[in-house]
Amino acid sequence: MSAPLLDVRGLRTVFETRAGTVCAVDGVDVSVHRGECLGIVGESGSGKSVTFASVMGLVKSPGRIEAGTILLDGCDLRGLTPKQMRAVRGKDIAMTMQDALTALNPALTVGEQIAEVFDAHDYTLPRRGSARARAIRDKSAEMLGLVGIPSAESRLRQYPHEFSGGMRQRIMIAIALACRPKLLIADEPTTALDVTIQAQVLELITEIRARLGMSVVLITHDLGVVAEHCDRVMVMYAGQVIEEGPTAEVIAQPQHPYTRGLLASIPRPALRGQPIRPIEGQVPDLIGLPPQCRFYSRCPLHRDACLAPVAMRSAGPNRRVRCILSGEPVE
Amino acid sequence: MKTLLKVESLSKHYEGRRGLVGRLTGAPHTVVRAVNDVSFSVERGEILGLIGESGCGKSTLGRAILRLHEPTAGRVMFDSKEVTALDAPALKALRRRMQIIFQDPYASLNPRRTVAQIVGLPLRLHGLASSEAEARAITARICERVGLKANQLDRYPHQFSGGQRQRIGIARALVSNPEFIVCDEPVSALDVSIQAQIIALLLELKREMGLTYLFISHDISVIGYLADRVAVMYLGEIVEMGPVEAILARPRHPYTQSLMSAVPKVEASGRRARIRLTGDLPSPLHPPAGCKFHTRCPLALDICRSTAPLRETVGEGHIAACHRLGEDISLLEDGAA
Repeated sequence: MSAPLLDVRGLRTVFETRAGTVCAVDGVDVSVHRGECLGIVGESGSGKSVTFASVMGLVKSPGRIEAGTILLDGCDLRGLTPKQMRAVRGKDIAMTMQDALTALNPALTVGEQIAEVFDAHDYTLPRRGSARARAIRDKSAEMLGLVGIPSAESRLRQYPHEFSGGMRQRIMIAIALACRPKLLIADEPTTALDVTIQAQVLELITEIRARLGMSVVLITHDLGVVAEHCDRVMVMYAGQVIEEGPTAEVIAQPQHPYTRGLLASIPRPALRGQPIRPIEGQVPDLIGLPPQCRFYSRCPLHRDACLAPVAMRSAGPNRRVRCILSGEPVE
Repeated sequence: MKTLLKVESLSKHYEGRRGLVGRLTGAPHTVVRAVNDVSFSVERGEILGLIGESGCGKSTLGRAILRLHEPTAGRVMFDSKEVTALDAPALKALRRRMQIIFQDPYASLNPRRTVAQIVGLPLRLHGLASSEAEARAITARICERVGLKANQLDRYPHQFSGGQRQRIGIARALVSNPEFIVCDEPVSALDVSIQAQIIALLLELKREMGLTYLFISHDISVIGYLADRVAVMYLGEIVEMGPVEAILARPRHPYTQSLMSAVPKVEASGRRARIRLTGDLPSPLHPPAGCKFHTRCPLALDICRSTAPLRETVGEGHIAACHRLGEDISLLEDGAA
């Protein structure tokens, strides 16, 4: 297989708080291959959003990246100056945020917000004057058309509050895709949307991915979304990756007790009349975590050996798991 | 089984404000028909699931039943008392028996009150405890039952996680020993593993205390798991209602079918063909004429654009409102959800 498009090794991102240092991301490895859709699943506080905010260079004080390498197409993003990073962000790699209403600027029209991307990154445009403005307007209208917003020309002059939730999410996708990035990071793109609109937005992302041949990272807490749209999945818990592999395999044969618990927690009509088996307890506090397995306190299978640090282990081709009861140690 | 709650032709309309010109010229108010002519009943010990997308009026309906929002028209009967005709003291007395659990565990708890004060308030309002010590003991007992620790009673809501706050809201609803509870999306704001804990808790409590739930949700998986009967709402009206098995096995209304088709399923790996609903929910300010679903319905005919369909019985206890029921069309390829 060729080198991955995005290759993150040993990422560690911490936030200094008055109560102590919160280690939000601890030793995360991610690789995204060309053209694939990788799903990142985890509950609130698992570090899934912070991992990709780190990749985008969006972690601001009191947070900082403490260790790790982030290679995009072989280029080390952590070594870039802020100015160089700005040239990459929005052009080669783009991100859509969970809440489209707060992520869009309420004081600028949608057209102005899409135009910003072309203005910053598109060097094929005429240098100045009305020709440049017209070229940007045409390209912006084309983007709105691409994400399925009708009468694009007139809607460019409207403000975010004039659009519905699903339409705002489409606008964010249009902005993210304006410069045809190699990698799109979609952070909970459908969490705030109704199911019928969610289906439309996910279909749109999948369709555009195929058409433009880009890679997509889909961050979500919904295993159903991952099952239907992602080739591979990574499950995160308390700042670490605890399981990864091809989606169908992970869902059919989850190896980590947390993944199993998560799957058993989903209420579904097929389980009517049977008691649901929730994972007891809560996610541990990320301040001053002991070096043991992070799932120790909630795990039904925990034993003394779990009190030592647990490394990722190999569990078959392309599968890895962070549990001493599964897989083989890797060198 | 005995009917506990009966809702007859209940409507809740909101009048919009008119501008100066509108008031001077006597222009009619714009009216949002949030709930329009809804009828159903809930048996004692049953869970009726109410499902629909945001803005369909499901929360308004739940609140109108408790008269937290005053209904515009229609009747609500609770245990053969007419809730909609009661005066304030009688309504207050009845509220001990009908309670609500809210969706947002952050906004529905007073940040300046401790857990003991929040949960103990219904006891004080209804005079259910003879002394402070007794109130405290009852509060402690119900808090322990919903999974809070005794040493947490004097803490404030911000010191708890979302799931624990929802437990506080549940304790508050249950402390007056009610018979009927409106659960207004109680698990929608929670993470998957916490959601499962709260669903398990609500089902245990229902069994132990003999409760009846109106369970409002937008998640057909949750409703399909726990409800006995389901009512599907679209733009203020119930478009289909029936036993959960019947609706899951063979949904008759095209909206129910598309709702079920839109839910991503863990079991079905890989992509499935879906019923594609185009467009957004129409504005309830200007609802479409005829069948309100016709603007998004893949089966719409001319008659759907002009005439609203009537409710028809399509099975035992199963009703639906659609002009094309007779043709028995299924948009779902595999029927089962």
